[in-house]
Amino acid sequence: MTGEVRPVLLDAQGITKRFGGVHALSDVDFQIRRGEIYGLIGPNGAGKTSLFNVLTGIYPADGGRFVFDDRPLIGLKPNEVAEHGVARTFQNIRLFANLSALENVMIGRHVRTRAGVFGAILRDRRTMDEERAIEKDAYELLAFVGVHRRANDLAKHLAYGDQRRLEIARALATEPKLLALDEPAAGMNATETAGLKSLLEQIRARGVTILLIEHDMKLVMSVCDRVLVLDYGKKIAEGPAAEVQRNEKVIAAYLGGGVELAVRRRTSPEVRSAVQ
Amino acid sequence: MNHSAPGMKTSVAAPLAQPLPGVRRPATAWIGIVLLAVALAVLPFVLTGIGTAWVRITNLAILYCFLALGLNIVVGFAGLLDLGYIAFYGVGAYTYALLASPHFGLHLPFWIILPIGALIACLFGVLLGAPTLKLRGDYLAIVTLGFGEIVRIFLNNLSRPFNLTNGAQGITLIDPFRIDGFTFGKPHTIGSLVVSTPVNYYYFLLIVLVAVIVLNLRLQNSRVGRAWEAIREDEIAARAMGINTRNMKLLAFAMGASFGGIAGGMFSAMQQFISPESFVLVESIMVLSMVVLGGMGNVFGVIVGALLLSYVPEVLRYTVGPAQMALFGRTLIDPEVIRMLMFGLALVLMMLFRPAGILPSAVRKREFETARRPGNGQGTP
Amino acid sequence: MDTFLQQLVNGVTLGSVYAIVALGYTMVYGIIQLINFAHGEVVMLGAMVAYSVIVALAGAGGALPPLAILAIATLTAIPVCMVVGYLLERVAYRPLRRAPRLAPLITAIGLSIVLQNIALIIWTRNPLPYPQVIATVPYRLTATPDGATITNVQIGIIGLSIVMMAGLLLLVYRTRFGVAMRAVAQNPQVAGLMGIDINRIISATFALGAALAAVAGVMDASYYGVAHYQMGFLLGLKAFSAAVLGGIGNLAGAMLGGLLMGMIEALGAGYVGELTNLCHLSGWSDALAQRCVNDPHLELFGSNYQDVFAFVVLILVLVFRPSGLLGERVSDRA
Repeated sequence: MTGEVRPVLLDAQGITKRFGGVHALSDVDFQIRRGEIYGLIGPNGAGKTSLFNVLTGIYPADGGRFVFDDRPLIGLKPNEVAEHGVARTFQNIRLFANLSALENVMIGRHVRTRAGVFGAILRDRRTMDEERAIEKDAYELLAFVGVHRRANDLAKHLAYGDQRRLEIARALATEPKLLALDEPAAGMNATETAGLKSLLEQIRARGVTILLIEHDMKLVMSVCDRVLVLDYGKKIAEGPAAEVQRNEKVIAAYLGGGVELAVRRRTSPEVRSAVQ
Repeated sequence: MNHSAPGMKTSVAAPLAQPLPGVRRPATAWIGIVLLAVALAVLPFVLTGIGTAWVRITNLAILYCFLALGLNIVVGFAGLLDLGYIAFYGVGAYTYALLASPHFGLHLPFWIILPIGALIACLFGVLLGAPTLKLRGDYLAIVTLGFGEIVRIFLNNLSRPFNLTNGAQGITLIDPFRIDGFTFGKPHTIGSLVVSTPVNYYYFLLIVLVAVIVLNLRLQNSRVGRAWEAIREDEIAARAMGINTRNMKLLAFAMGASFGGIAGGMFSAMQQFISPESFVLVESIMVLSMVVLGGMGNVFGVIVGALLLSYVPEVLRYTVGPAQMALFGRTLIDPEVIRMLMFGLALVLMMLFRPAGILPSAVRKREFETARRPGNGQGTP
Repeated sequence: MDTFLQQLVNGVTLGSVYAIVALGYTMVYGIIQLINFAHGEVVMLGAMVAYSVIVALAGAGGALPPLAILAIATLTAIPVCMVVGYLLERVAYRPLRRAPRLAPLITAIGLSIVLQNIALIIWTRNPLPYPQVIATVPYRLTATPDGATITNVQIGIIGLSIVMMAGLLLLVYRTRFGVAMRAVAQNPQVAGLMGIDINRIISATFALGAALAAVAGVMDASYYGVAHYQMGFLLGLKAFSAAVLGGIGNLAGAMLGGLLMGMIEALGAGYVGELTNLCHLSGWSDALAQRCVNDPHLELFGSNYQDVFAFVVLILVLVFRPSGLLGERVSDRA
């Protein structure tokens, strides 16, 4: 961590989530500061996406609390979380596949606009002004992520990398304070990933804080200010990217060092004694 | 009002990708519209020439268009399958009948009752929708079906202990529409032109239908319409985008129900007699079929579907019976049965071979195509 | 107390029929997550086909004993229904297996209409008095002369249902076919990779459900003494509600749900009038008391609301416990 310490945007305390007997998340604490790019890494099944889903209200948390922008966030529905200023993308892209790219982003504007049924029917000046603004904003966001040339194409006809970018544009349209990206570089080639990196930096430059789940360590190390490492639902390290990279627990979690550990965790006492 | 996303400073020189919906039409379109209007204005007199019955049939067809467009909001726009839609029609019809007939001795004017009917139907819609809209599509279908049946059973039995609906006998002598001494219930002569009762209603219904079409189109092309589309496409993503899916679904349901309520009121006034018989499940299915056959989500497709399913059975009625008489000397199969058979077969065949309807909404069609391509995960939700 | 016992007996009888029909819904749902909306029509066809056979055999001179007539009729109805069930799946559901959920539901509605109208053409639109080949014999259950009774027909229905349910459970849990069926229900792709012919299993499931439906149709028509081309609709809906109540996709759930649904309906119909009789409140209002002198049955709801119970149960279950009594979580987003 270099430079001045920025104020906290998201404060997570003791986040716990169980699925039946499995502890997807146990007692995870972390803080995200305004304007930083915060990485969330860990081996497959570490609980990264679960953390996203709990944060964005898709799953209720079994314990702990989020304070976001000085307001509690726990117990809110996904749409309320979005209203509070957290927007997300999905690991397996969830665009409105049969709507155009532009419409996808226009839908993102929903939460920041107000026209209702009467406005829609009467088409009064205010509604029409708003409609125009929605379309303009959406188009500008498409241009910002670089997919404006495909504005009228159906989302599903876009190239994979463009779909990822479109999903980011749609999330940005909700005017988030925190943008949570779930593996945005998955399936991208080196050129696309480089483009994504510069896009992330541009987003940060607009004042949006980013929470990034990513497996591409090169990207994480080069773009993230700080990184949180999860393994088996527990926080095993947190700190500046360079420090975390040298952390022994992290290395063990990523490189087979954890194999022995895993055996012990997954077997019942009887089996364990039999093995020994 | 601040519309811009944070830091939205990148100005884009490129023109807007899409013209704003429905702002300007070319002159040819206007000529087409005028011609259509003239044709529709003359139509009832042409039909009267063939037989007054055809004007009545046309009126009912327009009413079905109205109903189908209302259901289209629920099924086509928001993607919620409602099999009890006719219950709202029934609620509207009975509201009108009770407030404008000798049954309770009330004779309120129609322009007061129609909104009341819409409101009550809307209330029923919300009552049904609030607890059930979280259910998965096919469950919702069955629950709405059950609701429709419950309403019908109540209409049939609420003659005891207090006579609210007059049971299976239904309600008679319902007031026709009246505007300031002008009654729709009697023929009028303008010069040498006789405007019969059904023709009176024809014009009224036509005006209402045009309004409803405009309303549907405007809704579809709005912030609300987009939110519905989003829900239909991917509910989880829609919620993550901040759309209050519960409220938006409820809104679709309530709007559809209100449409049904208004249509019911008009039906009451036109027929001057209603009974629970008119609000059976088959009617719900009929209206749903109009939406499905025409093309879910496409306003004009839905109208085509409604007209087709209204007229074809009538044509059958006038041709199949006589044809059988000529061929076999007696009626072997009731035209009504043939009508139902064709209707059932049409539903099956459409789903198998043209699932997106006769005039598919562009979006729906693509959705169905994706679904049918094997190995594409998007098909099975 | 006698009313209670009587309604209980009626409820169990009715519930047995619902359970058998509900099994058809639940098996199909368990295996391909589809509500076979046309299943009720298969029940109706079973009753109708058996009707024709009974009429033909009984008219032929009465050489056969009544039980044999009924058995032959049922055994004729079963294969007919199995063929219909198989065709339903083959023609209307299989091509739509990958389509959005609404598509097969709409075809199913279409098929229901088609089947009903075919039945109408063959068996007319009039309710057919079901021939009582077996004379109904009531057995008294209590010492009082006008107490609760159970008839031989009721005993037969309950007994046959138990035998069929036991047979089905044996089939599903003790045979190779049953293992294959459960495998397909768990994961069709993997089952396919393991060498199971998924389409054959699905077809067989439809046929099996249809066979049960045929028997249920005969039982229902014999019990009420009438068959009608529209009888399958309500019966089907109630049985479906029963399957949901028990937990759709769960065999034991369908049986339990059917039984409960039958009892809810019988007891509801038996008591709702008395429970909602406004004359109980006569003490509160003189006007009411006066009306009750002339009309002691000032009931808000009478037994003519019998058909409402199933729907109310269905709605309540789906709202408060969509997984049913014994089922796993099924309700999910669109």
